[in-house]
Amino acid sequence: MPVTTLNGQEIHVNEEGFLTDPSEWDEALGTALAEQIGIALTEEHWNAIRFLRKDFDDVGETPTLRRVSTVGGIPIKTLFVLFPQKPAKKMAYVSGLPKPHGCV
Amino acid sequence: MTSTDASPAIVPSFGSEAASGRKLAIICSKGSLDMAYPGLILANAALGEGCEVHLFFTFWGFDMINKKTMGDLKFTMLGNTATHMPQGLGGLPGMTGMATSKLKKSIADLDVPEVPEFLEQIVASGGHLWACRMSADMNQLTKEDLYDDVEDIINAAQFIEMTEGAQLLFI
Repeated sequence: MPVTTLNGQEIHVNEEGFLTDPSEWDEALGTALAEQIGIALTEEHWNAIRFLRKDFDDVGETPTLRRVSTVGGIPIKTLFVLFPQKPAKKMAYVSGLPKPHGCV
Repeated sequence: MTSTDASPAIVPSFGSEAASGRKLAIICSKGSLDMAYPGLILANAALGEGCEVHLFFTFWGFDMINKKTMGDLKFTMLGNTATHMPQGLGGLPGMTGMATSKLKKSIADLDVPEVPEFLEQIVASGGHLWACRMSADMNQLTKEDLYDDVEDIINAAQFIEMTEGAQLLFI
């Protein structure tokens, strides 16, 4: 697994750039990851990211878009605005989590 | 904020907003519960990947967008050897109901929504729903009979025109 440096911090990532060790993540790193993909985080973004982190801690899996909307309470439309084009993957990346496995 | 380290950070390629341009057209022609899901799941996945998605409902697929039937699609063992059950069983009274509720339960267990809610999710994700003109005429249905988010009733030529350059799935 490649090691890369971001925000002055060494992080372990997979070949695509997703963190392989979610415990290396903190909110400052989240901000830096978002910058890498051209997203300036607002409080609305953080709501989603914090839900992803919490749900991953609870369930051990990255939530799918549907789960972020039904359990996290953030409408799918909003997620497409906050993280355009590929919201599920972008949210996972910024949150330092693996891509979701679920289909829906 | 970003590192000026010698080796640049590895950043996933999410494609640029303008460059994606991938378009998927899905023709839904079946009205049974088991055959409704493949199109819905693929449409939803494609939208999550930033594709433009158009669903065209035709023939039995009309049951997926007909307000009267969309929440009540059924699954039958009859003629479906993939259930690996004796075919005669499928013809017994109540078997289709039983098979349907069993399949619905397995789908719900995976937190996959029922058809109407799934369509709502697809539309919220930016997907487009179209109804087939000939199917509407055959069944004497108008736009009022159809799921509210169906954009229009269009003919086959209009659909082909609108999905120029798209990848196409017939289900």
